[in-house]
Amino acid sequence: MRFKNVFSIIGPSMVGPSSSHTAGAVRIGLIARQLLAEEPVSVKIALYGSFADTYWGHGTDLALAGGLLGYATDDSRVAEALEEAERRGIEITFVRGVGLAPHPNTAKLELVAKDGRTAQVIGASIGGGNVMIHEMNGFTVRCSGEYPTIVVLHDDRPGVIASLTTVLGESKTNIGYMGVDRKGRSAEAITVMELDSVPDADLLGKLREIEDVKEVTVINLNSKEAEHQ
Amino acid sequence: MRFRTLKELAAISLDENKTLAEVMIEEQAAETGASREEIVAQMSDYYEKMKEAVRRGLSEQNVSRSGLSGGDAVKVLDLVENGTPSSGDPSSRAMAYALAVSEVNASMGRIIATPTAGSCGIIPGVFVSSQERFGWSDEHMVNGLFAAGAIGYVIANNSFISGAEGGCQAEVGSAIGMAAGALVELRGGDAEKAMHAVGLALKNTLGLICDPVAGLVEIPCIVRNGLGAVNALAAADMGLAGVRSAIPSDEVVSVMLEVGAAMPSGHRETGQGGLAQTPTGRKLTENLMRGRKPLEPETEEPAGQAVE
Repeated sequence: MRFKNVFSIIGPSMVGPSSSHTAGAVRIGLIARQLLAEEPVSVKIALYGSFADTYWGHGTDLALAGGLLGYATDDSRVAEALEEAERRGIEITFVRGVGLAPHPNTAKLELVAKDGRTAQVIGASIGGGNVMIHEMNGFTVRCSGEYPTIVVLHDDRPGVIASLTTVLGESKTNIGYMGVDRKGRSAEAITVMELDSVPDADLLGKLREIEDVKEVTVINLNSKEAEHQ
Repeated sequence: MRFRTLKELAAISLDENKTLAEVMIEEQAAETGASREEIVAQMSDYYEKMKEAVRRGLSEQNVSRSGLSGGDAVKVLDLVENGTPSSGDPSSRAMAYALAVSEVNASMGRIIATPTAGSCGIIPGVFVSSQERFGWSDEHMVNGLFAAGAIGYVIANNSFISGAEGGCQAEVGSAIGMAAGALVELRGGDAEKAMHAVGLALKNTLGLICDPVAGLVEIPCIVRNGLGAVNALAAADMGLAGVRSAIPSDEVVSVMLEVGAAMPSGHRETGQGGLAQTPTGRKLTENLMRGRKPLEPETEEPAGQAVE
């Protein structure tokens, strides 16, 4: 189901004017920030379709910047997010996306951290402030951010996925959805798991200890960082 | 969720002798693992914010940043309080409240998306004015929001709720259907009557395009919210009176999907057609765009040649 529960229909609480072009954009920005796991120093944003045509009137640029700053959808600071980004020394550039997008309201964000690490997200705003992430760091994924989500970068080796699910099972963490993609046979791979509960530090530590696991990141739109202001 | 269609939703309600609200709360708890108290508390918080948006929208002019909208809610309220509205006091008041919330939205104020921000005025307009009129408790209204949410959940998963995908029928149309069905239940009608009200309401907005001037959620969105609130009251009345939707509501929802999928992109929130491309719509857009540079297209590095 694209829409998971009653609060994806009634809600979110948000600053206007558009749930798809403003609130959804905040969420895509926030997911990108969480994937990088720190504040970026520069971000290149490509807007597609309706996002590219109407971003300025809906404050889509402000909203994406607000998410990149860690704001929630109803944070009144969204309206000044680009100025705040500049104050914090984050360079944000907007371009028009070229080629096909998965949805009329799509944005591609390429983030660079202070130490040069990068993260990439292609996200679509599918209505009512709900989003669907289609790509992370070049891998095809499918997640909404509606649930606590673990993103694992690992090598494509037999047994890695079994190890991941074993650790989750031992900590009584239920997986609602899981997707795997790889760059090629025995190359880099990504596993995305939507969970029914927020993973704690102990669980994340155990996941990071698994052989062939390179990086474990948590996406959670309801996390402390995105608390309402 | 145990229901995927409006028919299934109504059947659970009737078979188990539970209101739509009760069914939704139980299913939400089962789906998310949250407690009933937590779920009701969040919806109560949303209802408070809706009332706050109505208040703010009626007490200020709420002119948008573009200057294209604002001040209409106050005008309609003045007609209700000091004049004789043709459609009667209750429906004009619902209209004023709906306009108020949509004006708050356009001026980057805080609203609750129901189901979207573009259609955020209809449910508060209908709910807050009906609460005042009938003397209902907040608890009753919060239950109504769960009923509206259950209806919207089915529509969203079988069709769409964004103008970019399915036109205005998906946003304002869905909101009217949700408000109409919920109002039937709030007034004591059963699930069957509520579902007929949903179908009756949705039929009246099939084909409605999303054609906002300059792509902004202002012209004609705000006015459609005001008129949508009146439509919701009327559809609820038909449902309560026992009028049946000859085409079952689920089939009407599937028509919304069919029509939306066939809608040209110019009529799906791109600002490239409809009212947005009328001589006046274009002129307003040009005035707003003056001095604004269009986005440069991205320059893609050719695949496989990323700089090392």
